[in-house]
Amino acid sequence: MPDQETESVAASCWSCGASLGTGSPICSSCGKVQATSADADYFAVFELSRKLNIDTKALERGFYKLSRKLHPDLYAQAPVQEQQWSLDQSSLLNDAYRALKDPVRRTEYLLTLEGMKLEPEKGDAGKAARAPADLLEEVFELNMQLEEMRMNRKMGEDDPQLRQDLVNAKDQFEGQLRDNDIQIQNLWAAWDTAVDAGDPSQQDQLKTQMVASLDRRRYIRNLVRDVNETLES
Amino acid sequence: MTSIVGIDLGTTNSLVAYMQGEQPVVIPGEDGSNLVPSVVAIPEPKTVIVGHAARAHLTTTPDKVIYSAKRLMGRGLEDIQEELALFPFRIAEDVQPGEVLRIQLGDQQFTPPEISAQVLRRLKKNAERYLGTAVTKAVITVPAYFNDAQRQATKDAGRMAGLEVMRLVNEPTAAALAYGLDRQKDGIVAVYDLGGGTFDISILKLHEGIFEVIATNGDTHLGGDDIDNLLIAIALDDLHGDLNVDYRKHPEVVQAIRREVIDAKIALSSQQMARISVDLPDGKVYRREITREQFEQIIQQVIDRTKGPCLQALKDADLQPEQIDEVVLVGGSTRIPLVRRLTDELFHLGARGKKPHTELNPDEVVALGAAVQAHILEGGSAATEDMLLLDVTPLSLGIEALGGVVAKIVQRNSTIPASATEHFTTGVDGQTNVAIHVVQGERELAKDCRSLARFDLKGIPPMTAGLPRIEVKFLIDANGILHVSAREQRSGKEAEIEVKPTYGLTDEQVETMILDSFDNAEEDFQQRQLIEARNEANTILSAVEKAPANAAWNLLSDEERSQIALVSEELRLLKDGDNLELLRAGTGALDKATRRFAELMMEGAVASALHGETMESAGEKLGEGPTAPHPFAPAEIKRDSAE
Ligand SMILES: [Zn+2]
Repeated sequence: MPDQETESVAASCWSCGASLGTGSPICSSCGKVQATSADADYFAVFELSRKLNIDTKALERGFYKLSRKLHPDLYAQAPVQEQQWSLDQSSLLNDAYRALKDPVRRTEYLLTLEGMKLEPEKGDAGKAARAPADLLEEVFELNMQLEEMRMNRKMGEDDPQLRQDLVNAKDQFEGQLRDNDIQIQNLWAAWDTAVDAGDPSQQDQLKTQMVASLDRRRYIRNLVRDVNETLES
Repeated sequence: MTSIVGIDLGTTNSLVAYMQGEQPVVIPGEDGSNLVPSVVAIPEPKTVIVGHAARAHLTTTPDKVIYSAKRLMGRGLEDIQEELALFPFRIAEDVQPGEVLRIQLGDQQFTPPEISAQVLRRLKKNAERYLGTAVTKAVITVPAYFNDAQRQATKDAGRMAGLEVMRLVNEPTAAALAYGLDRQKDGIVAVYDLGGGTFDISILKLHEGIFEVIATNGDTHLGGDDIDNLLIAIALDDLHGDLNVDYRKHPEVVQAIRREVIDAKIALSSQQMARISVDLPDGKVYRREITREQFEQIIQQVIDRTKGPCLQALKDADLQPEQIDEVVLVGGSTRIPLVRRLTDELFHLGARGKKPHTELNPDEVVALGAAVQAHILEGGSAATEDMLLLDVTPLSLGIEALGGVVAKIVQRNSTIPASATEHFTTGVDGQTNVAIHVVQGERELAKDCRSLARFDLKGIPPMTAGLPRIEVKFLIDANGILHVSAREQRSGKEAEIEVKPTYGLTDEQVETMILDSFDNAEEDFQQRQLIEARNEANTILSAVEKAPANAAWNLLSDEERSQIALVSEELRLLKDGDNLELLRAGTGALDKATRRFAELMMEGAVASALHGETMESAGEKLGEGPTAPHPFAPAEIKRDSAE
């Protein structure tokens, strides 16, 4: 693959020399595709500030509009270098759209961009994350029940009471998931306000809260998935 | 003048199409048929027969014919055990697991891309003859569910055939493009594509000319072939039971049965009953009747296997069946009434007063769509204005992490081009190499996924373990093919990458295979030139035969007349030989000997075109390159559509 070194030293068009807006994929003077800029983040691709409530309809419109300018199909007959830039720009656009259109992935991306560290997805690096402190007892109980259920399965037995207990536990965790989602939504609104107010200490606090909230969400979702798998198997 | 053609390289049949003005049309072969069967016969070295003619060899020399080679593209020995039980593929005995397959045809061996390249070359020639111009660029369709290796193999086949593959397009998406040309309507469309060897389901969102694939799923081992195999197995079991002879070891009988069951299968789409009748080698005849009801019972298990992928695609798209506005049926197998019933149930069509779209010929619609995409790549026109295809990768891309677990880096159904950046480091002090294993698939363990490639990051500057920071960028391009680049960030050094595709050919291997086909092309060209030179000689000889009837003949001297007779006699002899140079010289001599006769004819205002004709056609025939040897009257082609 050709060299992708794309240091954005002087932001000017390679073709006509006109000055470019930061991270501009296309020259507004001559319409030529540009190299991706090293500091282009997903929010910048859509010329958005780093806020969490996004108008997804407008995002989709922006995605289509930019796709019509950057997709490799439009550069099939172009010089190799422009083909490569179109490929880079269009993959950046697609990656950005994918991350931003889903609110949870958007939040995860923002937090990573802000230098926060999230727990890995289950399955990424072996075993799942630590249980949130307030859930320890319930999780311990649930794991015992899941283990018993699996043992029963192996022996070909069925314990209706145990099954019911698991369904109840699942319902309870799903309820917690819903509560957690409401909490996350409140954090999004608070974050956007803090961004508008330009309040960095408030932002830092919210980032920590969002990380905890997302980790909790991921943890509970995995639990629910485990219960479902055990009940269905 | 169109320079990019659209090709549907199918399991059973292949087609080439191009954009004629504002409409895509299929280009017929010399025999007038739109379909070129994907069958290649190599009865003796250097003789390659493709298509209908190759099919005839199936019953005579089945060991020198191959069909359904698409099933072997980009696959390894361990992937095809299932197919080997069902298909008469003769794999070279020394092929090892993890190697590119080689198919044994007589004494020769060919890789699957080489076989596909022969089919592509036939399509290329058909297009060149029809368009009267060289064709060097193509859009080729692949099943949406094809993995990286299968896509790469298809691209390699194109290169071997002398075609620059401008884009690989997913078959269901191509079908959507062909339909989309007529009705630019926004909404959600599901394309159900059951072909000869593969099944795909794609769900697309249409919005002001943008064709955005939201989810795709499928099975690259599922198609009409599987139905044929079931019916063949039943016939063979019948014979075993009735006659106590196992004909499984008689390829000619199996092929004869195959032909009959395919005919029966096709008949049962429109009739309630079909008959099978096969002549057996010992003079016996196998006869059987099959009703549509029996047929449907037999094939139910095959058709049902399309349900899972459809439901998964709906789930991935986060849609209910009622939210699908239109369903498009693609592939010959969707003519089967049972398939129509299944799609009706899956998408609640009848219940909503809807019918699936079948207006475009299901055998041709993919090639037509490929032609549309080719046109878009050329810059388009009013017909394709605003049309843009946004496709997805069908399978998740992952790398093998500690303990053989897969860390997914690009999720399935991500819009392509798509990329992911990962960081790696060393585990031992001074380590200069890091091995990375890339896999494709949805399973949690690398061993259950499809191994794509192993990369070796080389030339890492020796440092304390864990200190190097190697950034690796994985990029899936618009063809669904993976590219990898790497950089060691602390030293800024570009890490060298040695890509070992698990079932792919190296560039060098592909290169030698190209040369091989060019050699053949050269030979073919010689052959064609000889044929044309003979045709030319015949033209002038038959004109000379008619000459005495012309008044101008009597104006020639006896000497001139006997010279013409002598040179004609020489040319008749040369015409039966195969020396192109002498033949051309002979034609030239006769042309010269008859020149005064032609002049006399002109003077006499006799407008017979003796010289004019030969000179003109000679110029055209010899003046052009090897790909467009003679002009061809465009055959009439029509689009099977109810517009
Ligand atoms: Zn410019």
